Amino acid sequence: MNANVITDAMNKDFVLAVEGLTVSFDGFKAVNDLSFYVDENEIRVIIGPNGAGKTTVLDLICGRTKATAGSIRFKDRELTRMKEHEIVRAGVGRKFQNPSIYEDLTVFENLEISYPKGRTVMGALTFRRDGPVKERVQEVAETIFLADQLDQRAEYLSHGQKQWLEIGMLLIQDPELLMLDEPVAGMSVSERKKTAELLNRIIKDRSVIVIEHDMKFVEDIAHKVTVLHQGRILSEGPMAKVQADPKVVEVYLGH
Amino acid sequence: MTTQAPTSGRSFFLRPQDMIGIALLALLLLVVLPLALDNFRLQFVGKYLTYAFVALGLVLCWGYAGILSLGQGVFFGLGGYCMAMYLKLEASSVENTRIQSTPGIPDFMDWNQITALPWFWEPFRHFGFTTLAVVAVPALFALILGFALFKRRVGGVYFAIITQALAAIMTILIVGQQGYTGGINGITDLRTLHGWDIRTDGAKTVLYFVCVGLLLACILLAYYVKSSKLGRLLVAMRDKEDRVRFSGYDVSSFKVFVFCLSAALSGIGGAMFTLQVGFMSPSFVGIVPSIEMVIYTAVGGRLSILGAIYGTLLVNWAKTSFSESFPELWLLGLGGLFIAVVLAFPNGIAGLWQVHVAPRLGPLFGGPARRAASPAVAEPLPVATPAVAE
Repeated sequence: MNANVITDAMNKDFVLAVEGLTVSFDGFKAVNDLSFYVDENEIRVIIGPNGAGKTTVLDLICGRTKATAGSIRFKDRELTRMKEHEIVRAGVGRKFQNPSIYEDLTVFENLEISYPKGRTVMGALTFRRDGPVKERVQEVAETIFLADQLDQRAEYLSHGQKQWLEIGMLLIQDPELLMLDEPVAGMSVSERKKTAELLNRIIKDRSVIVIEHDMKFVEDIAHKVTVLHQGRILSEGPMAKVQADPKVVEVYLGH
Repeated sequence: MTTQAPTSGRSFFLRPQDMIGIALLALLLLVVLPLALDNFRLQFVGKYLTYAFVALGLVLCWGYAGILSLGQGVFFGLGGYCMAMYLKLEASSVENTRIQSTPGIPDFMDWNQITALPWFWEPFRHFGFTTLAVVAVPALFALILGFALFKRRVGGVYFAIITQALAAIMTILIVGQQGYTGGINGITDLRTLHGWDIRTDGAKTVLYFVCVGLLLACILLAYYVKSSKLGRLLVAMRDKEDRVRFSGYDVSSFKVFVFCLSAALSGIGGAMFTLQVGFMSPSFVGIVPSIEMVIYTAVGGRLSILGAIYGTLLVNWAKTSFSESFPELWLLGLGGLFIAVVLAFPNGIAGLWQVHVAPRLGPLFGGPARRAASPAVAEPLPVATPAVAE
């Protein structure tokens, strides 16, 4: 009892508190007794070799995968027991690794669907495309460099533009915790530069978890880096400290 | 605020080309066909149109939401049986059934040694209840099925197989429970609706117009749903279900909704079938009719509300004319047609119209009103062609 009270009090300072998180697939522990904490307005980067469990961690937080054990507390709400859409409504936004957008719809419609209103069946039937919605879509479209493409079908966008659109779809929901899975992967140099600039703008005033391989990019944005290896934390701390860690050099950065 | 999205300026749910399309269909069904066809042929069209309700539901459910149901005949049948039960009770008045051992109950019950009206037949003495049941019973059935399957994330091919099995089960159930359902013969010898004889040519013409009126109303409803945010969500779910889920939507409830809507539409079609044709039997419930209804939709174009109506009319007209001359070949022809649609023109007649005819007619007839050609659009687009089996 007492111990619970103490942990609860401790958790209050963090936006996200992951404790003892474990998930096993047929006995294989993809994430093994993982604990980490994300502060308000903190930008956390998760790195690690392929198969380290990075994407699985994001899947667990957003409810796509159910945890075998452990807890994930977001602003004092237990996420492991919530459904995906409830987690989103609580303020957690997630970008997938491959651009995940609606190809058959226009850029405007893509953003409009992500606008956090009319999320029930009746709400969607009676949803009106009113002034505030249009303004917000316009505003976000300008942020993601797509203001002049609003009527374009999303399938005709370039790979980089699709990534931006998905970032915009998250942004329009204004999540308190934003999770990005390799946001600059597969981009050209110029797109990458623009994306870094975009990310730097949108990660203000919220907590962000980013999975990324691009070390230059990580250095630019990370407040703190968590290195995963075989489902466990290998090292954690500021970029400089992590880079100097001999264990990290051996399994990851050394290659 | 320099750029105002043109799509966002639309306040009414019908675009000009939709209104013209609906007006042309109304003209065809309400004026041209009644004038051009004799009573006998017009009654055929009336019967075909009852299937168009099912095709309409399939456009929303299969075309837009990507949920292929191979059991729509079940809902058509439920609506049809509801109406048939009401009409049968009216036809089974005590005077009409004096020679039975239990007068006042439907004849087939009497033949099956049933001596009292089963409880679930009782409410169908009331016309108000019956009209409600025509929509509510199929919708409720779809609700239960949808909840059970969509909440467990059963989708795609598995869903199609389960609905098909359901169609088979339903047929077996109806045939097996002869005393309660009329068995393989169905519910026949229907006579009057509120004392109004529905067997006369005059009544059939009136019912034809009622059917067309209801169909047009349902078409408007479908357009409303399509143009609402819910319609765009259905397309989004078909494409990237997870993205919709992780945008804060409970995906399953939207699937349940569209499935129920398609069931309710099918039910209306079934009831109109019973009224116009004068009976209802398990041969409209099973696997074959269910699949035929999917073919009508595919031929017409599963992404086009009006296309599905024309597809239904066309395939049925072909069926009637072919099976008059080559009864054995018809089923082969139908199968061949379906394969041709899937392989050669996946968006059906509506797709052919959109690509080949509409561009020559201009934007008012559904031509692609393409604004300043964008460099990203290289070729003249095949409209969304997601995998058929999805």
